[in-house]
Amino acid sequence: MTKKFAKEVSIAVAEAVAQCKVDVISAYPITPQTHIVEHLAELVNNGELDAEYIPVESEHAAMSACIGAAATGARTFTSTSAQGLLLMYETLFIASGMRLPIVMALVNRSVSAPISIWNDHSDVMSMRDAGWIHFFAENGQQAVDLIYHAYKVAEKTLLPVAVNIDGFILSHVVEPVTFLDQNLLDKYLPPLKIKYKLDPKNPITIGAIGVPEIYTEAKKAQDEALKASYKIILQAWKDFEKLTGRKYLPVETYQMEDAEVAIVIMGSLAENAMNAVDILRAKGKKVGVVRIRLWRPFPTKDFLKAIGKVKTLCVVDRAVSHGATGGPVGIEVRSALYQSNKRPRVLNLIAGLSGRDVTKEDFVEIFEKTFETLTKKPTTPYEIYGVKE
Amino acid sequence: MPKDQGLISWKELAPGMYILEPGNSKKFKTGDWRAFRPVLDKDKCIKCGMCYILCPDICYQQDQDGFFICNLFYCKGCGICAANCPKKAITMVLEEE
Ligand code: SF4
Ligand code: SF4
Repeated sequence: MTKKFAKEVSIAVAEAVAQCKVDVISAYPITPQTHIVEHLAELVNNGELDAEYIPVESEHAAMSACIGAAATGARTFTSTSAQGLLLMYETLFIASGMRLPIVMALVNRSVSAPISIWNDHSDVMSMRDAGWIHFFAENGQQAVDLIYHAYKVAEKTLLPVAVNIDGFILSHVVEPVTFLDQNLLDKYLPPLKIKYKLDPKNPITIGAIGVPEIYTEAKKAQDEALKASYKIILQAWKDFEKLTGRKYLPVETYQMEDAEVAIVIMGSLAENAMNAVDILRAKGKKVGVVRIRLWRPFPTKDFLKAIGKVKTLCVVDRAVSHGATGGPVGIEVRSALYQSNKRPRVLNLIAGLSGRDVTKEDFVEIFEKTFETLTKKPTTPYEIYGVKE
Repeated sequence: MPKDQGLISWKELAPGMYILEPGNSKKFKTGDWRAFRPVLDKDKCIKCGMCYILCPDICYQQDQDGFFICNLFYCKGCGICAANCPKKAITMVLEEE
């Protein structure tokens, strides 16, 4: 029996990173991510983790340090949130374009203005197209497990991976967590060996100019690598299931077998939505939840399979895409549907901005609202849920 | 189909477009960026080497007679050599002429 610990999720994430035997950590503190890197700094300082901790002057420098370290073949880690992520923005594309297996815990927080330290997904959605692999955790155990998976996947695909963890709602709560036995983890995650790296004995050029005659080909290769990562991710999850019995899928479902309407959601609020399903199922309502675990590369096929024969999908977004035709997940879902013959109605709500609670009672109401669309088409492409008029 | 403008198939690129052959920039012809070509007047040249020092592409090499000769495979035609030659021995001539 593996031991369970009561841990603040941030601390648990830091310990999982330490278990992965990272070589270089570079980060700049920002709420709500701070506890993760603070704890790692402590572990390094106490001699419990043999890693280089590079304190930097900004997140731009943090990611740059990770890029430099990863280019020499080091296992790297960083963590950030909101404004920190935006300050890092330029280098995010460089990490993926240069195919560097960096792992980041992205503790999701609203982007200013107005200033907010609370949780939503406006930070991660801004880097949607940056070429990173994205996982979304719903609880502490998943946050820990996804860190293990992130290294496995990053190093096999040569792509950076972000593990998205809802700020405060998840990062600052104490949850029961099981850590993978170190021996098993060492087998799951062998020391990093990279074929092409910066090595004076074998000089290569990385980060070269991509003239018009080659940039297109470089982007095509990068895009194919991200698509090909799908199979590697699936394999990493299968291998992990064999070790622990804990199953991970690109799209996970709850009570979807006979669902008439369903909520599509990412992150920790999925658990509240599932509680609402229990309440409504007890009253005989056929409702379910579709939880997107893998956001990039978007698992279209899994998604289309997961929605079964629902009549309406209610996509609950956690970010506004100003001026767009929906929230970021709503847009993605509509686009995925257009690739199939399935035509459920799509109700797109933007909820839980800046840490505003979306309780199980709210989700019951959202389900009721979704049922209304069975007879009445939604009148707007998306709406902001719970806004005071 | 648009005209094939690619240099190499995407399938043949190293990951991250890494360049695995050290020093291969020597093979990269930058001469076709040029609009103006530097032309040397040996009668005026005092072999001071300012052009050699200042050329950002390190195009100049000294010949047996001590003159600095520009390698047009690399010369981008920036005109820095001509502008700094103390004897105005270098003239920039439009390529078409
Ligand atoms: S700078 Fe002018 S004078 Fe000096 S070597 Fe070059 S061409 Fe000759
Ligand atoms: S024109 Fe510019 S590139 Fe060409 S030889 Fe002169 S300094 Fe060098």
